[in-house]
Formats: sequence, structure tokens, C-alpha cells
Amino acid sequence: MIHSLFLINHSGDIFLEKHWKSVISRSVCDYFFEAREKAVDPENVPPVLQTPHHYLISIYRGKLFFLSVIQTEVAPLFVIEFLHRVADTIQDYFGECSEGIIKDNIVTVYELLEEMLDNGFPLATESNVLKEMIRPPTILRSVVNTLTGSSNVGDTLPTGQLSNVPWRRAGVKYTNNEAYFDVIEEIDAILDKSGTTVFAEIQGVIEACVRLTGMPDLTLSFMNPRLLDDVSFHPCVRFKRWESERVLSFIPPDGNFTLMNYHVSSQNLVAIPVYVKQSISFFETGPCGRLDITIGPKQTMGKTVENMMVTIHMPKAVLNANLTATQGTYTYDLTTKVLVWDIGKLNPQKLPNLRGSLSTQVGVPKPEDNPSLNIDLKIQQLAISGLKVSRLDMYGEKYKPFKGVKYLTKAGKFQVKMLCTAHFSTNWRSEYI
Amino acid sequence: MSASSAFNDEKGGSSSVGEPEYGHDPASGGIFSSDYKRHDDLKEMLDSNKDSLKLEAMKRIVAMIARGKNASDLFPAVVKNVACKNIEVKKLVYVYLVRYAEEQQDLALLSISTFQRGLKDPNQLIRASALRVLSSIRVTIIVPIMMLAIKEAASDMSPYVRKTAAHAIPKLYSLDPEQKDQLIEVIEKLLADKTTLVAGSVVMAFEEVCPERIDLIHKNYRKLCNLLIDVEEWGQVVIINMLTRYARTQFLNPNINESLLEEGSGGDKTFYGSDEDEDEDEEEKEKNAEAPAMAKRKPYVMDPDHRLLLRNTKPLLQSRNAAVVMAVAQLYFHLAPKAEVGVIAKALVRLLRSHSEVQYVVLQNVATMTIKRRGMFEPYLKSFYIRSTDPTQIKVLKLEVLTNLANETNISTILREFQTYIKSMDKDFVAATIQAIGRCATNIGEVRDTCLNGLVQLLSNRDELVVAESVVVIKKLLQMQPEKHSDIIKHMAKLTDNIQVPMARASILWLIGEYCEHVPKIAPDVLRKMAKSFTNEEDIVKLQIINLAAKLYLTNSKQTKLLTQYVLNLAKYDQNYDIRDRARFIRQLIVPTEKSGALSKYAKKLFLALKPAPVLESPFKDRDHFQLGSLSHLLNAKAGGYQELPDWPEAAPDPSVRNVEVKDSVPEWTKCSSREKRKEKKVEKPFYSDSEGESGPTESADSESDSASGSESGSGSEESGSGSESVESEEGSESEEEEEDEEEKNKKKKKKELKKPVQESESEQSSEEEERKPERKSKQRKSDSESESDEEESESESSQSESEDSESEAEIKKKKKAAESKPPTKPVKKENKKEKKEMSLLDLDDFEPAPSPQVTPVNTFLSNSLVTDLEGLSLSDTVLSPATIAPSSALKNYELLHRITGEGLSVEYCFSRQPFSPDANMVAVQMQFTNNATSDTKNLHMEDVKLQSGMRVKEFPEIELLPAGETAAAVMGIDFCDSTQAANFQLCTHTKKFFVSIQPPVGELMRPIFLTENEFKKEQGQLMGMNEITEKLTLDAKCRNEHAIVQRVTTAANLSRVPCGSDKECRFAGRTVTSSSLVLVTVATKEEGAAQLTVNCEKMLIGTMLVKDILLALTQ
Repeated sequence: MIHSLFLINHSGDIFLEKHWKSVISRSVCDYFFEAREKAVDPENVPPVLQTPHHYLISIYRGKLFFLSVIQTEVAPLFVIEFLHRVADTIQDYFGECSEGIIKDNIVTVYELLEEMLDNGFPLATESNVLKEMIRPPTILRSVVNTLTGSSNVGDTLPTGQLSNVPWRRAGVKYTNNEAYFDVIEEIDAILDKSGTTVFAEIQGVIEACVRLTGMPDLTLSFMNPRLLDDVSFHPCVRFKRWESERVLSFIPPDGNFTLMNYHVSSQNLVAIPVYVKQSISFFETGPCGRLDITIGPKQTMGKTVENMMVTIHMPKAVLNANLTATQGTYTYDLTTKVLVWDIGKLNPQKLPNLRGSLSTQVGVPKPEDNPSLNIDLKIQQLAISGLKVSRLDMYGEKYKPFKGVKYLTKAGKFQVKMLCTAHFSTNWRSEYI
Repeated sequence: MSASSAFNDEKGGSSSVGEPEYGHDPASGGIFSSDYKRHDDLKEMLDSNKDSLKLEAMKRIVAMIARGKNASDLFPAVVKNVACKNIEVKKLVYVYLVRYAEEQQDLALLSISTFQRGLKDPNQLIRASALRVLSSIRVTIIVPIMMLAIKEAASDMSPYVRKTAAHAIPKLYSLDPEQKDQLIEVIEKLLADKTTLVAGSVVMAFEEVCPERIDLIHKNYRKLCNLLIDVEEWGQVVIINMLTRYARTQFLNPNINESLLEEGSGGDKTFYGSDEDEDEDEEEKEKNAEAPAMAKRKPYVMDPDHRLLLRNTKPLLQSRNAAVVMAVAQLYFHLAPKAEVGVIAKALVRLLRSHSEVQYVVLQNVATMTIKRRGMFEPYLKSFYIRSTDPTQIKVLKLEVLTNLANETNISTILREFQTYIKSMDKDFVAATIQAIGRCATNIGEVRDTCLNGLVQLLSNRDELVVAESVVVIKKLLQMQPEKHSDIIKHMAKLTDNIQVPMARASILWLIGEYCEHVPKIAPDVLRKMAKSFTNEEDIVKLQIINLAAKLYLTNSKQTKLLTQYVLNLAKYDQNYDIRDRARFIRQLIVPTEKSGALSKYAKKLFLALKPAPVLESPFKDRDHFQLGSLSHLLNAKAGGYQELPDWPEAAPDPSVRNVEVKDSVPEWTKCSSREKRKEKKVEKPFYSDSEGESGPTESADSESDSASGSESGSGSEESGSGSESVESEEGSESEEEEEDEEEKNKKKKKKELKKPVQESESEQSSEEEERKPERKSKQRKSDSESESDEEESESESSQSESEDSESEAEIKKKKKAAESKPPTKPVKKENKKEKKEMSLLDLDDFEPAPSPQVTPVNTFLSNSLVTDLEGLSLSDTVLSPATIAPSSALKNYELLHRITGEGLSVEYCFSRQPFSPDANMVAVQMQFTNNATSDTKNLHMEDVKLQSGMRVKEFPEIELLPAGETAAAVMGIDFCDSTQAANFQLCTHTKKFFVSIQPPVGELMRPIFLTENEFKKEQGQLMGMNEITEKLTLDAKCRNEHAIVQRVTTAANLSRVPCGSDKECRFAGRTVTSSSLVLVTVATKEEGAAQLTVNCEKMLIGTMLVKDILLALTQ
């Protein structure tokens, strides 16, 4: 299975290597670097590469490449999923997954990798189990450890490994018992130039933070579970209960975890919270163009739209932008040709507007490229699909926990197409479609 | 930091310089600090007595390893610490050892004894990690030691250690492939393991060591299917992939009929190629020589095991793990009937929201799937729309999928979408889009013109790549039907005035030359213009001008003779030798002279040959001969170690090979909260009874009572291949009906299993046995309320010929059978009588069905002392008073220890439903010990009780002597904490220890209480909402009267009846034993056997499980 792992930073340095079988020279990474050179963006490096003797499967996360070396047939997703799990675990342990943090905790990371795979096959990947074997560093513990010489490594087999609930550690105790659930929904949408929805769907996730003593058995039920079209669960969720009763019944892991992901089908009409009026034009003569964007609230269910941000990938020919924003600030990155307009809170009374001129390269014909406009936004206390948690019940323990549910709507891949030149498409459409 | 960065780049860095990044190295002064000094420092720390110093040193060394620096010279100093007490130091030393042992084999041997000691440690974690390190040290000399350790660990009592053993198998195999045979034995043994923990790891070992030994899977197939949902995610992937291959060898193609019917219906058929079909036909013809016509359309019946696999994998589509979802998807794609494959589409589309790497792999697989099963993904068309922020490789793959999905109905939407893509800034993507349009145009005739025109417009694009790609695609499209498109060729001819891109110009010229007959007027004119500008053209254009000239000369020499000669003359003096060569060559070929050879005769044929239209097809075509989701599929090349996905067999191999294996109960209540999961604790048993051999692992009886988990005692496993005729015939009939209902199936299976050993061991008969048997049987049958009489019939018949050998087995079977069929049969009758009596005598509304005649159990608390007395009596009496046992015969008896496993000692237990006097919170378990051995058993007692937290056990008093052939009884108490977790303990005799476990049905976790109707209603009112579970059911035909219902409910659960005014309702009440939570059950009957079951219970879990149990009791 997974033979070796190399962690490679943005500039191409290998800063950690781990071998689960015999050692493979790091020169194998050269094939990867070659592919990395070819692909301009790091996202464009093919996740699976073939070299004369090995296969390289890599993921790109947090500006790092996790590169694994494979020698024989294995499901590629198996490896990819595992590498992401490694990154998740590091994030879970140290708060972030970056080169600096890994270098600072290199021994712990190495020990983690040792536990996670045995001979290239996953051994312990549940964060609750790992945390019992190798305790995450805290300031207090590191002080205690230096003084007493005690260690971060557990000496008994975590009970989770053997129990029916491998995701939960045993003997959990809290003075404040609390369970929080964040229902986070993202709108994925493609709007065309006129503002018509080409495609829209809602992807939701329920992130849980459960700190409960003992072995609580939770049941989370929804007011309108019919909304959910497709779901995937944390292994703790009893699938049969969901099938028969449409409730989430589970013994939760301790701490933070993703309880479920869901999808609200595009058949249900997706409310689009904002509208965009935009025009971008380049004059046939002269090195300039005009840009005018106005954004207003559409279907926000009475909530305020916050953290509005508009990102436009400008055509390459646009040299600079000279714009005025009635609200918020804008920046234009000359090298990447990305225009970012940070609006902030959306005020329905006074709609934010961004307009001004664009200067283009002299002598170059007007751009034909198709800039797209990506929107970012947040709406607190609203699940745009209308999903509502009706109740959370706890069984198996006697105390009364503190329960909380939070809703949040975000823009996911929310894209508005801007067509600045349309002669080709209009012709085509009028004639044949 | 900065100083070090220079050295980071040193690849493979041999014993190189400092580790300043990692912390506080005293010698991190810089480049000039020598290795010696620094390592001396570390050595000193390692030699010190202080653990903290050692730890510090080890951390630094491991940091060096992590960064890829060489630390091998520290080996001697490190290896000394292998026995260090500090667990973290020890672990780090292990890490170091595994890394360097291969390089320093001699020194590594020093550490071996430590691991050997570790293998015997009482702590399972230490045993496991010792085995892990031992097996990871790649030193050939210790292969025998490893082999021994693996064998030993494979029978370890801790499943975690066994898991480690499974992991060690491929390690040893890669170190020394000679050991294969021995390792296969271990794999075989571990495959029989029933814990979810081991399953994934051992299948992985199987895949690495002996993937060709598919026969090892037979016996474990059903178990693997059933355990699957509870195996950890990674194991699931491996198991599913393996089972896909297995199923391909064992079952028939579910689409066989369709592919026969569908002949010539294009794409869908290709995979199950026609030759295969023919083979199939031939095969069947041979079989049914008299009815060959029938054979072809023989109805396909899915093997129930095939169905089992499909059913048990389906929920995993909801897994959070993309690899699991993909594994299930490929399984369905390769194995499911066409109509069912659709379910995977939604899950795969969901994965498209995941990380881009996941998308990449999923899209590749979707692309392959869409070629064969387009309809599956059509509803999700829009999910494949491309966003400008997608990485290029994702865009191209989505484009591929969109193209595959295009058909007459959706093509206009897709083309509209494609238009916007053409405007993208990503030119590679634009090029791919143009090709995609080309493919749509070839596949869908209706839009060919639209696409062509759109593409023609693209020719004026400024981007060379776009134009080149368009021209290439147009060229391909025109080649398909040039006669219809002379206007486009004309249009393109005009474009030569404007288009500057050489590639495009060249392509246009080629087109005009190729189809000059269609544009006879324009072509010479184009040549004229070209001749004018010849000297200024790019080389590729010049070459095409020459080509054009040559072709025109051949077709229209009158008009173009001079022009051609002019062009050839110009070319003759060109700077480029290719062009000069070409001109010379063409002149010789086309211009007839005296010298010109025979070739010029064929010039026309050479130049104007009909060129076949290029085929525009998906690069994903035919990729599905690789197992989807595999690396080989992704690369479209066979990767090392890839196991071919076999073709379906022409005739199904004998399905009975799988029969032997215990069809174990599935799931854990954590997932499904059904009572099924109780059984999983039993799984370790086979490991402690190595010598069982033929008789196979013995399931304890109580698992048999669980109807959802058809089980069997796996006797006669070896012979099973040659299943006797009656079995076969039974199976034939079975397989036809089997698909419908799980329960029904399980029931049948059990039945089948019951018969098996009977038929297999028809050897010496003991007449005595023989007599006893039917007698008992008939007795039982008499009391039967005829419900299952025909089933019983057949069984009793076969049991008459039973041999002594299998007697005990059969007996158990019978008990199991009895246990199964009892609720509706024997006890029902018995209790019915009792009830009637009680009613008439006392006129009590709450007739209490507790079966002990000694206890008047209405209010159990009151009768405690009495029970104690009675128990005391019965216990003091070694020869069992029949009175004590008698009542329990009405209760289900469970097997704790089988005679063979227990080497003569057999133990059964039942939940006596009497209060356990020493502790009211405990459930009384009555055990009956029988010594079937020839020698006495002494000091029978229990030890080493292993319980879930909160549970308690009151051990039974030691039985000092149990003479051969005698029976003894004892009572123990277990506080199950209101859970159905098993209590595990060892049953010890003076010589042996047996691991056993007791797991209560949920109904035994409660005691009856007395409530009045009003109290009941009040309590019920307080237990609404989530505490109430309601199920609709149809009552079993034998169970439509009130008494039968009461009987069945009270047999299933230890509850008492609550008086009720209506005769349409039966109510029961009880409290859980430990927490005294109220349990209220209501069965409301309606017409025609319809009924509604309501359970109100504070403990949700108990409530849910109870509902299932009672439901089962009432419907069967």
C-alpha cells in the first residue's frame, strides 16, 4: 500500500519523510517536481503520476504537498483520502496544518504517522484513538513533562480500538457538559449574465462540538428532514435509524467532528440571496474599458448579508483599474489580474457600487476572454435551505447538557458569468438553438 | 534556520550537518561543528541514567530521521535503550530500529530478545507493538522467529494483537516469499476470525500474499458481507474490492438476459461481448441438449449471496470516506443488475464536492461509467458544469463527462454551456472544449451543422490554439460527409484571405485539395492566390500549397497546369530542403515524361485515395475492463500487483461452498440499534478450540435465537463442497424465492444448516439414540401448534438416521430450533394453560407469565426472600432437583459452552427471570453444567471477568466436583447496566479455562411491575415524543388472539400484563433492572391481523431494541 510519504513545501523542499517499508530515496520526488514545473498552478499537478518504478499520489493542502509513493496496485482514492486524513489529523492536533507547525512538532508528527499506518495500511486514523496514544501538545503538559519526565505517549491500548465505538475515547469527563451543532450551508450557483440561475444547489454540513461526560447517546431530529436529498455520515451515525425515522442517532466522538454532509437538491428552488448588476466593456479604440458593478440583496429571509466580497479574474490584457467604490475597498493585483472588492455588510438602503475605468494594453486588441465574478458572503443565523433542527435528546447519561445550534449560510462556488463580448454566442444561439 | 536551508536541499543527505531547525541543539553552531562532536553529545545523553535526557536525545534523532538525515552511526547507542522503561523512549527507539535495522543487521539482532519478551507481555498494546516492530525489522535471519511470532499472535486472545498479526503477514511475505504456504495457513485461520477489527487487515494480507486463492473466501464470504458495515473504513475498501473479484468468479452475470436481448443495441452491450454470450449459449446447450432454445432465455435468478453482497454494501454509499463510496460504486457497476446501478450516481456526484484530487479520480471513473451507462448520470448533468475556478485537469474531465452525456435531448443545453467555455482564459481548456464540440457533432447528427458553423466562426479567433484546434476538428467533421458541406469548404476558402495562423491555413488548403471536386471553381482560384503569396508563407503552408497544386493538376490539369508548374518551380528554389524535396518528388510523380516510371500511373490513386474519416471517440472507451476505482484504471495501464477482474463464469459454480460458514449476525447496535449486535462478542471462541477440526466453530445457542442473523454451527465444513442431493434440491427451490425477504431467507438458511450435519454423518448409528430422538421430537411436535410442522417433519425424518457422533450437535440444533420455534409453540401452550388457571382462581387481571411455578412473581420485590430460600435449596443440592430446572425449560436456553469446545463440559444458561437476591440490580442467570467427559471435572469456577464499564457480576459459587455424566446447576447475577453488552469471563476447571460470554436479549433486562390501568396511562403520557416508538405490524396467523399475543410478548420480554378495559389492547409494564426505567408496551389489534405496537421507555435504546424483538415475536 502506501510505501513512503514526503512532505514538500511550496518552494519544493522536502521537509519530512517517512517510510513504512524499506527506504525509498527521495530522488523519486524529482518526477513530481518535473510535473510541478509543467503545471503552472500547484492545483494543476496531476494527483497520480507514474514513474518507471513507482506511482506517486499527491495532494495539495495548505500550500503543502503530501506526496506518497506507491509500488503496487491500490485504489487511488484510498491513498488520497488517507493523505487528507493525515492533514486533518495534523490540523486537529496543532490547530493548523502548515510547514512551520509541522517543523515545530516534527517528532509528534512522526509518531503520529507511525501510528496511523502499519506497513502502509491504515491502523489508527480516528482522532479520538490517536489522542489517547499520543497526546496532543498543550502548554501545561509540555511544562509538566519537562519537569517530571513523563511522556506524551499512552501505555495502554485505547479502549476505542477494541470497542464498538472506536471513535470515542473512554472515561470522558467534563464539568460543563455541552453539545454544539453548527449547520453550515453553502450555495453553489452559476448565474448567467442576466442574473438567471443556470445551476444552483445547496451543500450543507453539520459540524459538531460535543463535550459530554460518559457515553451519551444523542438523537438529533429535524423539522423538515425531507429537504435532505443526499447525505453522508460520520461512522457514528446509525444509518438504519436514519433510513427508517429520519433522525440522526449516534454516540458522538469526543470533541470536534463533522456529523454529516448533506445536499439539498437543485429541484427545490434555491434562494439566491443577492443579485448582481454588472457590465464590463472595452472600447474598440483606445486603451481603456469600463466596469460597473452593483450588488443588492435578493432573498435573504430578513437577515443581513455580511462579509460580502467580490473577486473578478480580469482578462490578461487589463493593465490597471481605476475605480471608485461607494462602500468597502478594492484591490487589483497586477500580476495575477485579480480584482478583489471587499464590501462588508450589505446595506439594503444604499446599494454598494463599484465603477470606473480599466486601462488595457496599447496595441492589443480588446480582450475576448470571459471574466467571471465570484461572490463570497455570509448570512448568520440562517440556513438558506430552510433546514431546522427540531430537538436534540440525550440518552444513557443522567446530567442535563447545554445544547446549542447555530446556522450559517455561506456562498460556496458562487459564480456570476460576465460576458463582455457576445458576438459569437449570440450568433450561434439565434441561428440554431 | 537560514544556515540550514542550504543543506536541506541535499537529497538523501548522508550523515550531514546540523539540525538547527529542530530545537535547541547545543552544537548547532553552524557548518563547522563536526558530526563527531554532535553525535558524541547524543551518545552521552543516551547513556545517561535520566530518562528525560534519553528522551531528549531520541527526539532529536527521530527528528533527524524525519528530515531524511542519516543517523545510522548512532545505532549501537540507541539499540541499548530498547529495553528502556520509559514508554516514549521505547517507542522512539522502535522507530529508529525499524528505520535502520536493515542496514545494521548484526546489531539489530541484539534487540530481538526484548521483542520476544514483549510478545509475552500481559499488556496487549505491548504485545502488539513488539510484534509490529519485530515484523518491521527487515532482517532475513529472523524470519523463523517472525513466523513463530505471527502464528502465536494469530491465536492471541486480543483482537488487536491478531490484527497486528494480520499486518505482519505481508511484511514477512515481502521479506521471504518462501514462507508463502505457511502464511496462507495463518491467513486462512485469521479469515475465520469474526471480529470486525481483524477482517480488514486479514483481507489486505490475503490480497498481498495469495489473491489467487479465492477458495479461501468461500467459507467466510457471508461473514465478511455481514461484518462489512462495522469494519473500519479502510478495511471496507479492501474487502469490497476483493469481494467484487470474488463475485465475478462465483455468480452469474445479472445482465446476461438483457445483453442477449439487446443484441446490436450499441454501447451497452460491448462489455459483455458477444463471444461470451455465445459461449454461454453453447454451455447451456450442452447442458440441456433437448431444449436448446429454452436455454437461451432461461430466466436469470440471482444467487442469494450475490444479493446479500449488494444489499450489505449499499448503505456504505453514505460513508464519509470517498474511497469507500468509490469502492461500493465500482462494485455496483461491475456486479449489479442494470436496473440497480443507478443508485451510485448520486453518491458519486456528491464526491464532486470534495477535494480536487478526489474529484479528479471520481471524474475519471464517472467518465468510464458514462460511456456504458449514460442514463445513470443524465439527471446530474448540471453537476458537471464547469466553474472558472476549477483546475484545468478537472475542467477537462468534466468536459469529457458532459460530452459522454450528450444526446439529442440535452445537446442544446450542453452546447450553450460549451459556448461560454470557449471564452475561458484557460486555453488548454478551450482547446479541449472545441474537441468536445467536435465529438458531440460526430455523435449526434442533428447538431452537426450547428457545431460546424460555430466552429467555423471560431476560425477567426485570435488565439492560434483555438483556431488550430477548430480547424483540426472541422477537418475531421468534414471528412465524414464532405459532399454536404461544400459551402463550408467554400467559406473556409474565403477565410484564407484573413486567417494568418499557419496551421489553420495549411488545414484549409488540405481540405480544398482533398475535396477539390466539390469546389471545382474555387479551388484553382485559391491556388492562384496562394501561388502569388507562396514565397511569404510558412513552411507547413508551402507544403500544403504543393499538395493542393498536385491534386488540382490531377483532377483539373487544364486550368491549373501552368499554375502548378509555377508553384513547383518556386518550390524548387526554396530555402527549405523539405520543400525542395517535396517539389521534386511531386513533379516526377505527376508530370508525365518519357523517363517517368510506372508510379505516375498510380499518381491519382496515391493522392486522391479515399481517406477514412478519423474516429472521434472518448479516451475512456473500453477502460472498464480494468476494475473501476483502481490505479490501473486511472492510468489505463496495468499496475504491478493488479488483479484482473475476471469475466463472469458461464455457469455458476456450486453455491454450496459458501454454506458452511456461519452466517453471523451483522451489526452493532451503535449503528443499527437492533438486537442483532449482541452476538459479536462470541466471536473469539474458535480460537480457543483449535482441535475442533471437522466440527467447526461452535456458535453459542443464543445467537441462533436471533432470527435476523441466520446462523448455524459450522460442522462438517470440509465436506460441504459435496453437498448431498437433498441440500441441492432445497437450494434450487430456495434461490428462486429467496430474493424477497431477508428474514425469510435467514429462516430458511437456518433450516438448511440444521439438516446439513445430519446428512453428512450418516455412519454408525446408535439405536438408542435413534429411539430417543424421534420420541423427543414427536413430543415437541405434539405441543407444537402446528405452525411449522412441515419443516419439523423433514427435519425429524432426517434426524432419525443420525449418528451418535453428531448427536450432541443435533441436540443443540434441536434446542436452537426449539428456542426458535418455542415462542409460538411449546411454551405458549404451557403458559396458556397456566394463565387460564390463574385467571380462574385469582381473577387477576395481570396474569404474570413468569414461568416459575415456585415463585408467585407478581411483585418481585416482595418475593425476594422466598426466592433466595429456594435458590439456596437448589444450589445445595448437587443432584439437580428437576423442579428448579423445569421452569426454565419454558425459557430460552442459551449455550455458553459447547460440549466439544469445552472438551466434554457443556454449559447452558437461561435467564430465570427471578430476582437475584444478593443484588436487586442484577439479572439472574441460571446455568446448567453437564459433564459429558469420561473423567470428573473439579473446581468449576469463573475468573477474569471482563465487563464494560459499570457492569458488575456476582459469580456463582464454585462447584467443587462434577462427576462424569453428571449435571449441576448454579445461579449467577449480572448487572448489565441496562445494556446488551456481553459479560465476558473465563470458565475454569481444575485443568482448563474457557472463554465464554453472556449476552442478554433486551427483554431480559427488565423485571415486571404491577400497574393499574390509570397508572399506566399516566406514565405513558409522560413518556411521549422521542421516548415513544410505534410500529405497525401484521400479526402472525397463529397469533391473533389475545392470549397468544400475551404469550409471545411475555416470552420476548420479562414484563407483566396491565389490566385493560378494551379487548383490543394488551398492555404490559416493567422496569429495567439496573436503572428502574419504566418500560411500557401496548399492542393494539385491529381487523385482519393488523396491529400496532407501541413501546414507551425512558431508555431509547432499550425501547428500540425491544420493539424489534417484540415485533419479531409477534410476526413469526
